[in-house]
Amino acid sequence: MVYLTRKIEFSASHLYHNPELSAEENRRIFGKCNNPHGHGHNYTLEVTVAGEADPVTGMVLDLKELKEILEREITQRMDHRFLNYEVAELQGQIPTCENIALVIWNLLEPKITQGRLHKVRLYETPDLFADCYRNGASQT
Amino acid sequence: MSDGVKIELGRRYCFAASHRLHSKKLSAEENSRVYGKCNNPYGHGHNYVVEISVSGPVDPATGMIANLADLDGFVEREVIEAFDHRSLNEEVAAFRDKVPTTENVCIEIYERLKQFPKVKLERVRIEETANNSFEYAGEESKVA
Repeated sequence: MVYLTRKIEFSASHLYHNPELSAEENRRIFGKCNNPHGHGHNYTLEVTVAGEADPVTGMVLDLKELKEILEREITQRMDHRFLNYEVAELQGQIPTCENIALVIWNLLEPKITQGRLHKVRLYETPDLFADCYRNGASQT
Repeated sequence: MSDGVKIELGRRYCFAASHRLHSKKLSAEENSRVYGKCNNPYGHGHNYVVEISVSGPVDPATGMIANLADLDGFVEREVIEAFDHRSLNEEVAAFRDKVPTTENVCIEIYERLKQFPKVKLERVRIEETANNSFEYAGEESKVA
């Protein structure tokens, strides 16, 4: 098995607010992230695909194809967007790093048909990130 | 929710500390041979980067595996306050009789942080320098 990783970046704004909680609870739980005007991050996404190298091309999958999938599914959907209001898949969820990473996993998983999606790592900042793995997969 | 997908939260912290690699079980010559410059009796220091990963259900009310402020506070109390700007050999009890290699620092930090409630500590990874890193995932973890 070979693991291939491609990295992209996107910039987006968000805020954390649960309408089922009081204003005080929202402030206590989410702190500065509860600012109603939102704030933003430069997100870095690392997508790892696992597979065998094709004996003819030497590739797990064509990087150009992966690049196009990421552009179409992630960059066009999330780059320079307000995640709470403009990304349908995040409606009704708090757009934390964990939830965005899960949405990204669910968007990419069916689109990657050569090899298998192995891991999604989403950095909200260099010091905070979320990892999604296929359950039971080695956590390379 | 995504069946068959495991999610982890990763967080990085930094501390600066000194240490000296010296084993009481070895002679002066053996210490010098095994640890080289790291055996310098006055010690030396590093900027350690500690990367931790925790897993657990994402709370639908908060979208979080662990509340970051709680996690940061716990790590600050249990690790940063105890290790930052300290001599690991002299000031951290665990290293009175154990050589403070970064392997052992990984294990010590893992043992301290696995007490954090409600989540599973998956692993501790420490960058001693930009070129050396160490990882520990508990006793049960198997080498792939």
